[in-house]
Amino acid sequence: MKTGAQILIESLKDEGTDIIFGYPGGSVLPIYDVLYDSGIKHILVRHEQAAVHAADGYARASGKTGVCLATSGPGACNLISGIATANMDSVPVIALTGQVPTGMLGNDAFQESDITGITMPVTKHNYLVNDAGNIRRIVREAFFIAGTGRKGPVLIDLPKDVQTGQVDESENLKTEINLRGYKPTFRGHPKQIKSAIKLIAEAKRPIVYAGGGVIASDSSAELIQLAEMLDLPVTTTMMGLGAIPAHHPLNLGMLGMHGTEAANYAVTECDLLIAVGARFDDRVTGKIELFAPNAKVIHIDVDPAEIGKNKAVDVPIVGDAGEVLREMINLSETLDIKKKDPWLVKIENWRENHMMKYRDDKELHPQYIIEQLSGILEGEGIIVSEVGQNQMWAAQYYGFKSPRQWISSGGLGTMGYGFPAAIGAQFAKPDETVVLIAGDGSFQMNIQELGTVSQYNVPVKILILNNMYLGMVRQWQELFYERRYSYTELPQVDFVGIAAAYGIPGLKVEDKDDVEAALKKAMETDGPFLIDFRIEREENVFPMVPAGAAISDMIGCHIPDKEEAKR
Amino acid sequence: MKKQILSVLVENQSGVLARVSGLFSRRGYNIESLVVGRCESPDISRMTIVACGDEAQIEQVKKQLNKLIEVIKVTDITERKHVERELALIKVNAEPGDMRSEVMQIAGIFRAKVIDVGSKTIVLEITGDSGKIDAIEELLKPYGIYEMVRTGKVALQRGSATVLNSK
Repeated sequence: MKTGAQILIESLKDEGTDIIFGYPGGSVLPIYDVLYDSGIKHILVRHEQAAVHAADGYARASGKTGVCLATSGPGACNLISGIATANMDSVPVIALTGQVPTGMLGNDAFQESDITGITMPVTKHNYLVNDAGNIRRIVREAFFIAGTGRKGPVLIDLPKDVQTGQVDESENLKTEINLRGYKPTFRGHPKQIKSAIKLIAEAKRPIVYAGGGVIASDSSAELIQLAEMLDLPVTTTMMGLGAIPAHHPLNLGMLGMHGTEAANYAVTECDLLIAVGARFDDRVTGKIELFAPNAKVIHIDVDPAEIGKNKAVDVPIVGDAGEVLREMINLSETLDIKKKDPWLVKIENWRENHMMKYRDDKELHPQYIIEQLSGILEGEGIIVSEVGQNQMWAAQYYGFKSPRQWISSGGLGTMGYGFPAAIGAQFAKPDETVVLIAGDGSFQMNIQELGTVSQYNVPVKILILNNMYLGMVRQWQELFYERRYSYTELPQVDFVGIAAAYGIPGLKVEDKDDVEAALKKAMETDGPFLIDFRIEREENVFPMVPAGAAISDMIGCHIPDKEEAKR
Repeated sequence: MKKQILSVLVENQSGVLARVSGLFSRRGYNIESLVVGRCESPDISRMTIVACGDEAQIEQVKKQLNKLIEVIKVTDITERKHVERELALIKVNAEPGDMRSEVMQIAGIFRAKVIDVGSKTIVLEITGDSGKIDAIEELLKPYGIYEMVRTGKVALQRGSATVLNSK
């Protein structure tokens, strides 16, 4: 006989789980008791929200499924923004929650919340387990659902009596997965793939628009191969950064609201848009009617519901990006698709003249810090961001070389995500340098995780781009609300002092000349390190497409020098 | 705006109705009626959903329904040959005398069944397509309808076509 909790831990091990981020409580005591000497590593965070973000960061860095654990009621509710984050960005996460005993369900018992009801719209699927005998099957299904097709979070709610329930497992332990309503499509339709190749052969101004799906399906090698074979310029979404090296001659950089001029112009002028694992999000497309307005569209996505959702598509291909791209490569090998010379010349010209730029003077500009970081790490390492200006500067100025190097909350834009996600990423890749790029606002949303970093000596490097503002909101207020900075100013904080209180070394940097040395010191330090960069307070993220405008309609492309700016 | 009839097979489990109805409400889809009940296999329920929207919206509804793990199959039977029925119970004012015989006459014309007779009211059961039920409702209104309940539409494809064997 085994208890439900024992079966749960065994099942997690069967799925390859070796680490859980969690926070104990009354309703998960039986699980924690088994976990204690189970061999699975458990990381005690300081807030359940950090547990789910850490599991998410772990999943994004490793490509494996992350697991988090919280107690019932408030513990489970604290997971919600993290679950929604993973759902929007299609990250495989298993959230385990305790629940009041089945006999008390619906009774408003102490620390009861209807977490399966609450998370229904933000999970890929969820389960309320009513019998310990079902745990093994449900865990298998949950991992299968989370990690296949369009990946996403799955929550398993475990009432306390189910955790302690006795099960005789003398029968066959192997439970076959039989989900008749869940059959993700992996292989693209051959006829559609042929039509796509035909369109590419006919196109004069093609461009690839690659998204997070390329990262999630580990198909960036195929993407680069196809682009090089057919001379296809590539732009990526923020979620797709790293799918093609930043300095690859065919890469136009990020597109969209804070994309490069080059990428936004090229998409506007293209006659064929090849979307791969991207979902035509409004932050990418701007005014959708003017997004690639004269282009035919090929859309490759594992989720059929994304195809045609925002933009009409000429050739829909449902399937795994890697599978589809490999088929396209096979087909292209036999064809002679000529170089699109005038288009490539134009692309090259855009790349040379319209990439990212900022005013590089004596002031401490955040862009400069990111560039220096990129230089010191030679574009390696794992860069995790918070949300806001810090995120956009990191996305714009870091020279990513490969996939899974960039970890950031895209769809939901969750402030407070980055720090715990960086912790999770560091546990996934203990030998990599993990750098958190944060704002002073977002860092303070999960600042308590300094405790976790300290306890486990997690060697993340914390870079705070501190402008004493909720910078992105302030930027919008400056541009669209007559500089009325309504509740966006934050008082100064001694972040180095706070880190010191947790036993974490740090440095404050106010001068541009000290940036390089400080970054080197952080990288050389064994263990965590924090740098509080006191940056130019009213620096903006440019270029920028105002909300609702066409993406070719950017502001802030011309960077005035200081004299010009004063006038 | 078109009305579409979706025939949906789902796992017969608790929570499935909440998932489906939640999907409609949070994505802002218009639902005219939703009927759910068990069907030929005990572990499957059939939902008949009448939804309104343009073609693209309905396409999204179908795709989003298909994404639910517990949804086994979605078939749009609007354009397929099908039979549809709705049932209504109508409690209508029918004082003994002329009024009662008129109401009975209307019921007869519509082949409605009288399933309860009270001192002042009768309850009619009527089955048909939605138009037929609308029509009898209109005719009975002048007599005074106390209460009415309509089931919403149920539908099946004609011939040997089924949801599971439909493309």
